[in-house]
Amino acid sequence: MHFEEKILTVRTDPLHATGIDILQVNMGYRCNMACKHCHVQAGPAREEMMDIRTVEEVLVVLNENRVKTLDVTGGAPELNPFFRYLVEEARHAGCRVIARSNLTIFYEPGMEDLFDFYSRNSVELIASIPYYREADVDKVRGNGAFRKSIDALRQLNRMGYGADKALNLVHNPTGAFLPPSQSAMEKEYREDLKRNYDISFHSLYTFANIPIGRFREFLIRSKNYDKYLRKLTDAFNPETLQGIMCRHLVNVGWDGTLYDCDFNQMIGLALLDRYPRNIRDFDHHLLAGRQIAVDDHCYGCTAGQGST
Amino acid sequence: MTDYYNDEDLERFGDIGKHSPELFKKFMDWYTSALQPGILSKREKILIGLAVAHAVQCPYCIDAYTKSCLEEGMSLEHITEAVHVASAVRGGASLIHGIQAHNAADRISM
Repeated sequence: MHFEEKILTVRTDPLHATGIDILQVNMGYRCNMACKHCHVQAGPAREEMMDIRTVEEVLVVLNENRVKTLDVTGGAPELNPFFRYLVEEARHAGCRVIARSNLTIFYEPGMEDLFDFYSRNSVELIASIPYYREADVDKVRGNGAFRKSIDALRQLNRMGYGADKALNLVHNPTGAFLPPSQSAMEKEYREDLKRNYDISFHSLYTFANIPIGRFREFLIRSKNYDKYLRKLTDAFNPETLQGIMCRHLVNVGWDGTLYDCDFNQMIGLALLDRYPRNIRDFDHHLLAGRQIAVDDHCYGCTAGQGST
Repeated sequence: MTDYYNDEDLERFGDIGKHSPELFKKFMDWYTSALQPGILSKREKILIGLAVAHAVQCPYCIDAYTKSCLEEGMSLEHITEAVHVASAVRGGASLIHGIQAHNAADRISM
């Protein structure tokens, strides 16, 4: 059964947003890494990057002061030349700023002061580290990724992240299977990272891999696509629909196009026809209660405990 | 014989119940209850299942419990350690029977 029909078996109406708590901005698909599970298919060769005109349009929306949180993602958003300008201006506008960092970016040329920049601007970090063991992380992200991530987490701890500054981690399964219970995995990460590396963090989020992008290619190549889709649909949990992220945010693509979430952006699934399609036409009233555009990949966010 | 065990046969497990539904239902109820968390956690029970799967060398159980281990957030390191426990116990079980061999030899030796 398609996701759109599935929704109507547990609700009387299609999925709608309940407000806009967060403006999630994808600053471009360039990244210093090319992880096997990346739904963005990000990498060093990608050229799609948000330009200054679009950044200014994002800031117009934030300066209206109705959306209180900016969530910056990519690729590695730090590689966009206007990333720091966006963050600083958003902070001046009084926004809470969350950045999604891959942790290895801190050791790229030109990023020497990134730790200070984040700390100075009180940016909250959501850092992805797929597992707490070296072999598993390097298998997905490339050799040396784990060690760099550990070094970055230690430095962040020294600067108060994981204590008075927010540092949350993200776990993704390293294959065609669902993530474990968030609380159990958080306990394991916490114990292992503390014992072996003296690292502290606030929370761990466990996210299912969404069957799009590079992960979809892996599923097809390994003949796991149908089985994984069945696993997701079998694990559909209607209780996840209340907190699902698309109902609380608007996602902005690198070219200013609006989407219901970053996953929809990656498959080119735009907002439904009757809503503004670009950040320059942002209309809080229309978007805050919009109907969400869904497709079968949405089963990824509603499986088990949910992935939001 | 290369196709003796097929992935898709695991999904046909319920077919066993066709000829003896009552017994199969009892088995399934018992199996499901035994796997529920109790004094032992779900994770501990899954690791026991994985170890037994290797000891009895059931390909279906190995596939199923490996998947369960991964879904519980365990890695190949966890899985391999558990398999070593199963193998060591199994190896030890053979080795301890060396005493029986010694006893048998003693009984007929001068």
